[in-house]
Amino acid sequence: MTCVTMRINGEAVTEDIEDRTLLVDFLRVRRRLTGTHVGCDTSQCGACVVHVDGEAIKSCAMLAVQCEGREVTTIEGLAEGENLHAMQKAFHECHALQCGFCTPGMILSALDMVRRHGAALDEATIRHELEGNICRCTGYENIVKAIRQGAQEISA
Amino acid sequence: MNPFCYRRAESVEAAAAFLGEAEEASLLAGGQTLLPTMKQGLAAPDMLVDLAGISALKKIRIEPDAIIVGAMCTHAQVAGAEAVRRHVPGLAALAGEIGDAQVRNRGTLGGSIANNDPAADYPAACVGLGATVLTDRREIGADAFFLGLFETALEEGEIITGVRFPLQRRSAYLKFRNPASRFAIVGVFVAGVPGSVRVAITGAGRDGVFRWSAAEEALNERFHPEALERLVLPLDDMLYDIHASGEYRAHLAKVLAGDAVAEISGGA
Repeated sequence: MTCVTMRINGEAVTEDIEDRTLLVDFLRVRRRLTGTHVGCDTSQCGACVVHVDGEAIKSCAMLAVQCEGREVTTIEGLAEGENLHAMQKAFHECHALQCGFCTPGMILSALDMVRRHGAALDEATIRHELEGNICRCTGYENIVKAIRQGAQEISA
Repeated sequence: MNPFCYRRAESVEAAAAFLGEAEEASLLAGGQTLLPTMKQGLAAPDMLVDLAGISALKKIRIEPDAIIVGAMCTHAQVAGAEAVRRHVPGLAALAGEIGDAQVRNRGTLGGSIANNDPAADYPAACVGLGATVLTDRREIGADAFFLGLFETALEEGEIITGVRFPLQRRSAYLKFRNPASRFAIVGVFVAGVPGSVRVAITGAGRDGVFRWSAAEEALNERFHPEALERLVLPLDDMLYDIHASGEYRAHLAKVLAGDAVAEISGGA
């Protein structure tokens, strides 16, 4: 066990965590933040993507104890009350999901793209950058559209 | 995952001391290979010593004739660093093609070369540029560092602190990747001017990364893709698996090496 202090969606959290606990399991089981999903559990699918210190990472390939002193953001931390985040809104408006399982990871990866590319984010870059996120419903068309729309709104 | 105890090192010396405390301790860098391997039960260290708290290992430093990349620099950091892009474009391109965006935010140079996966990208840059691996004990030339599949010259408890890459504007890395794993089916790093050309190939060799000396000789004579046309890599040394035959890999290596030469010539 290691005592770890981190911020999750802006809130300071201190807990004793078993050393081998994956970040995704800590978030889902201990913190009940079940918007972060487990898809493949082998760092392929991107359903578990969260931000650590603002960067998108796969929370199935990181230990919770590695988050000492860090800021973790999950899908639950994006909206402000009833107001969806611009990227969430874009996914909603573009119908960028069907079953929704991949969506939290998609949105957090999309925000990492915007962080690095800003409004210049074009379709080819989005498609290339999406290689770490798998969607088995949509065929990606509307996801790409939503990320472009979200990027433009955020950077406007 | 098997239980283990986690230690956070604040310095390289502290990390070395932790390593001595357990039977089978492993260093934890970005964890993008180690943690999945542990989840599968293929590795079961009894202690993980996390290097993430050692800020000295996360720096990229420019010297008059070299660039020193700290062992804990992430692939995203190397790919995005203006100094690397300007002085060693092949290295920046290589780092930007490792894994996917999320893996590049966590995976590190030191972790990659310590693991020495036969299909990993970084070994090709180290060998292709004639880099020097820096550890807490000594300096090891890249040619002497990578010994075989998942094998390196590192001694028990030795810690990589960084890699010194010579500045080389004339450098390019081209990779034909497995679309699922994004590892190299073949990756070719070409660097240098005629007289000192180096060609390193990853993903294709039975013993991991290797230098293609026949190609180096041919390119020293004439730095042009056509110089490679008559060359054939020895098939006995090629990797053969469900993804590609040895012949396919040998042919691909030649095509990619030619493309890398063209890229360097075009940009020079």
